[in-house]
Amino acid sequence: MSDKIEKKAAEPLLSKKRKELLSNPMDSDNPITIQVLGICSALAVTIALEGTVIMALAVFFVLVLANVIISALRNTIPNRIRIIVQLVVVASLVAVVDQVLRAYAYEQSKALSVFVGLIITNCIVMGRLEAFALGNKPWDSFLDGVGNSVGYGWIIIAIAFVRELFGAGKLFGFPVFESLGLDYIGNGFFATPAAACIILGVIIWILRARSGYVED
Amino acid sequence: MENLLNIFVKSIFIDNMIFAYFLGMCSYLAVSKKYKTAAGLGAAVIFVLAITVPLNWLAYNMLLKEGALTWISPELANIDLEVLKFIVFIAIVAAFVQLIEMVIEKFSPSLYNSLGIFLPLIAVNCSILGAALFLPTREYDLAEATVFGLGSGIGWFLAVVSLAAIREKMAYSDVPKPLRGLGITFIVVGLMAFGFMSFQGFKLPFNRTDDQPKEVSSIESPKDNQVVVETIKIEQ
Repeated sequence: MSDKIEKKAAEPLLSKKRKELLSNPMDSDNPITIQVLGICSALAVTIALEGTVIMALAVFFVLVLANVIISALRNTIPNRIRIIVQLVVVASLVAVVDQVLRAYAYEQSKALSVFVGLIITNCIVMGRLEAFALGNKPWDSFLDGVGNSVGYGWIIIAIAFVRELFGAGKLFGFPVFESLGLDYIGNGFFATPAAACIILGVIIWILRARSGYVED
Repeated sequence: MENLLNIFVKSIFIDNMIFAYFLGMCSYLAVSKKYKTAAGLGAAVIFVLAITVPLNWLAYNMLLKEGALTWISPELANIDLEVLKFIVFIAIVAAFVQLIEMVIEKFSPSLYNSLGIFLPLIAVNCSILGAALFLPTREYDLAEATVFGLGSGIGWFLAVVSLAAIREKMAYSDVPKPLRGLGITFIVVGLMAFGFMSFQGFKLPFNRTDDQPKEVSSIESPKDNQVVVETIKIEQ
């Protein structure tokens, strides 16, 4: 154990490998567009920017903390019941988030309805716990959590930007087109869940065309 | 009875788990490459939803809801355990899935071989937990909750099987390279969701005043589309 600690001290806090942990999930290894995780909430909550930002923050909080907690416990969790342990840790964190939202942002918490609770089964959280936190040190897991939740966050915020701008002509509830003196009638297509799918498909198309990643 | 039929039709077509709420998308996309595996997972989802939704209904109404503990003693009427609902629901789902897996393995190896590998996947399928989380906001009774679970499962099954069929056919099409796989699948799902939106125009024949689907009168107004994801509010 002691040499482990020494090794850790020897590696700089933000070595190249660790910077990659942070930056890869935002782009070339994005949880949504490449790993195909956490799609449900990405599509369902993105109707308006405000709720989406709250959702992104909630996922950030849950994923980072769950990653750190599971990583700290990784040597004590019996392999056979690890899924249940992970679910309990995540569920408790989500309960905290839900209570905080109810106390300080009640309207938004009502609007997000079941999707806050569904962070528990958000595949990003479970996927990162399984694939990363169970085998890595807490600090690395922390960086991985930050990277993945930011990677998730920017995609859903991008979808919400398009949907709110064209669906309602607003951004964060601020009427953009009207303030520019333009007349804009909200395009109901963008407010439907179907549009979220198509926008995400197009975002994936753009990102993959840029990175050259081809799925067979 | 009419009410049950209403909920059944509504949960299959109008409030379809995939096309209206996007629940269970991860496994939906992952298993829909082949028709056979899709049908296997779909059947498992129907089965698990039809049983865990009433179980969770019992847990919510007998344990968690404010005043639910009065059946033990009237002094407990002020206790509200609703904060625990996430942990309780997910524990019930995970434990039940584990149990079912063991029972099936023991008594029906052939069913286990066709269904068994999908069961662990289901514990983290959003549609199962999602259906349970809808319970507190929709005041169903036990029979209604069961029908809702069954209908949601069938809706999920229909969605996954039809997407798998389309994807099998799509293997013969020339899709632009970066769009292959996930990208085109999303666009297909989007178009399918549009198809399912037409069910919203249904007036269910059985009179229920409270949550009859509103008519989508014109596609231009986002206000009317609130019914699509009824609980997500659009800022107007």
